[in-house]
Amino acid sequence: MLAEIDPQTVTAFLRMYVFVLAGFVGYQVITRVPPLLHTPLMSATNAISGISLVGSLVIAGKGGDHMASTILGFVAVTAAMINVVGGFMITDRMLKMFKRHERTKP
Amino acid sequence: MKPTLFLQTLLLAADASKAPGSARWEDLLIQATYLAASVLFIFGLKGLTNPAKARRGMQLAAVGMLVAVLGTLLDQHIVTYTWIITGMVIGSLIGAAISIWMPMTAVPQRTAISHAFGALAATMVGIAHFHDPGSEATRGSVEMTALGFEVLFGSLTITGSFMAFGKLQGFIPSQPITYKGQNASNIGLFVVAFLLFLYLIFNPDPDDLDHGRYTAVVFYMMALLGLAVGVLIVLPIGGADMPVVISLLNSYAGLASSATGFALQNNVLIIAGALDGASGFLLSILMSKAMNRSFANVIFGAFGGGEATAGKAASTEGLTVNSISVDDAALQLAYARLVIVVPGYGMAVAQCQHQVRELAELIEKKGGEVKYAIHPVAGRMPGHMNVLLAEANVPYDRLYDMDDINGEFPRADVALIIGANDVVNPAARNDRSSPIYGMPILNADAAQRIIVLKRSMSRGFSNIENDIFFNAKCSLLFGDAKSSLTQLIGAVKNV
Repeated sequence: MLAEIDPQTVTAFLRMYVFVLAGFVGYQVITRVPPLLHTPLMSATNAISGISLVGSLVIAGKGGDHMASTILGFVAVTAAMINVVGGFMITDRMLKMFKRHERTKP
Repeated sequence: MKPTLFLQTLLLAADASKAPGSARWEDLLIQATYLAASVLFIFGLKGLTNPAKARRGMQLAAVGMLVAVLGTLLDQHIVTYTWIITGMVIGSLIGAAISIWMPMTAVPQRTAISHAFGALAATMVGIAHFHDPGSEATRGSVEMTALGFEVLFGSLTITGSFMAFGKLQGFIPSQPITYKGQNASNIGLFVVAFLLFLYLIFNPDPDDLDHGRYTAVVFYMMALLGLAVGVLIVLPIGGADMPVVISLLNSYAGLASSATGFALQNNVLIIAGALDGASGFLLSILMSKAMNRSFANVIFGAFGGGEATAGKAASTEGLTVNSISVDDAALQLAYARLVIVVPGYGMAVAQCQHQVRELAELIEKKGGEVKYAIHPVAGRMPGHMNVLLAEANVPYDRLYDMDDINGEFPRADVALIIGANDVVNPAARNDRSSPIYGMPILNADAAQRIIVLKRSMSRGFSNIENDIFFNAKCSLLFGDAKSSLTQLIGAVKNV
């Protein structure tokens, strides 16, 4: 009958669900972000995608006889951490600047 | 309805990630933190839809990140923390230093280089994973597909973003660099890289003695080609097209993260990458639309090269421009009921946003109203002008998008154009032969009077003549925008 399928293919398909739906949710939410905040939006998504840190952590901490992969992991942790810390901090710094007009000035 | 469906799927996929029998309670906890992080990220982005709630939203997202990182540290595969902690400390110091001391005018550069960092992380993880796939699986085509995307998109984004960074920072000339057969050779290289990728998909295992002999070599060749394509594809792109390119690279960096998630079987990476990818994609569409150009045109168009438009200069010969003195300009501004300020990249270059705000406050004191008209592609990245003006304490309810302000120009006594050029060029409306024909513009020429702060009569980035300067209602105040504004402030005070 039908050939057997690699179970990895099925898992990958489930992950495709996650990817497509997350992309869809993202698109819907981000459409509503006003152009006013497009620059903070960019640094925010950049900070968020710094979550690849999570993947780098495991590689940097694996130890064992894979020195090369530890070094790669270390570089990845550093780079991702720059984005996470820098991204969230600069987004906050920018958002802090956006103020409404107020008449209460002395 | 959408979020529920989304969460269900998420749980389903989280379930499938571990083989039955091998689960530890820590693994469950890790998955729980990832789920929490995913939800908080979406809340964070949702916060950005409202300027008043944006900060709190992003703080939630940061908490999500923290939770996910803490969760990951429980992973049983982690045996040593030396390199983790070193990397985290160095990364945090660099990230914090950049974000504290970087001037707001450098935001486009920082954004460009941050895409390079993100892509670098993804690529490093991809290469490490290629050599050391972990104990669980022999490497199959599916995994290789994810890895290939990760490394190809990653390497392309590293160098592409670095080039964009260089152009914005100014150590690479921001004029397009073009040569014969450029597009053909770029496409050729990309096709080769893609063919290598296909080879990897069919020969995924470097330890397979029959089919994997060349796998490692091909893998690195593909990564190198990706690096080369990244450089070559940004070379011909000019400064004014940066908003599209930055958005596109943002999207690529996101997709590389997502691919990492596929390779590592990690949902939170897939989700965060998809959010980033969607955001970058959406922004690039918005930016292209605001220039009335397609992606392909931006990437392969080498705008501002000048050859096609050089002949156009003659048409304005014989026309004269009116220059205006500081005192006359100040008089017009002081008695205006409505002034619409049109900022452009020149304002960022002159770093005169604080003087703009000061002048606006003076006009308001004299009883006038000041609004700001922001073109979507004014500056070098989406929202660039908004951030600069917000930094100068301009209230954000005074900043208007193109569609909201265009109807108000006829009512404006003065349109004050500061360092903007192509975004107010009427040729976009009525000159079919103009390269910017069809681009939506700000109708500054509809105002009663137009004052342009301009360094000289040189052309805008696109290297085309701007008819608005020859408009009878238009006067030019020559000089550096910052010193012109300072003089204007003094003069308006004395009116």
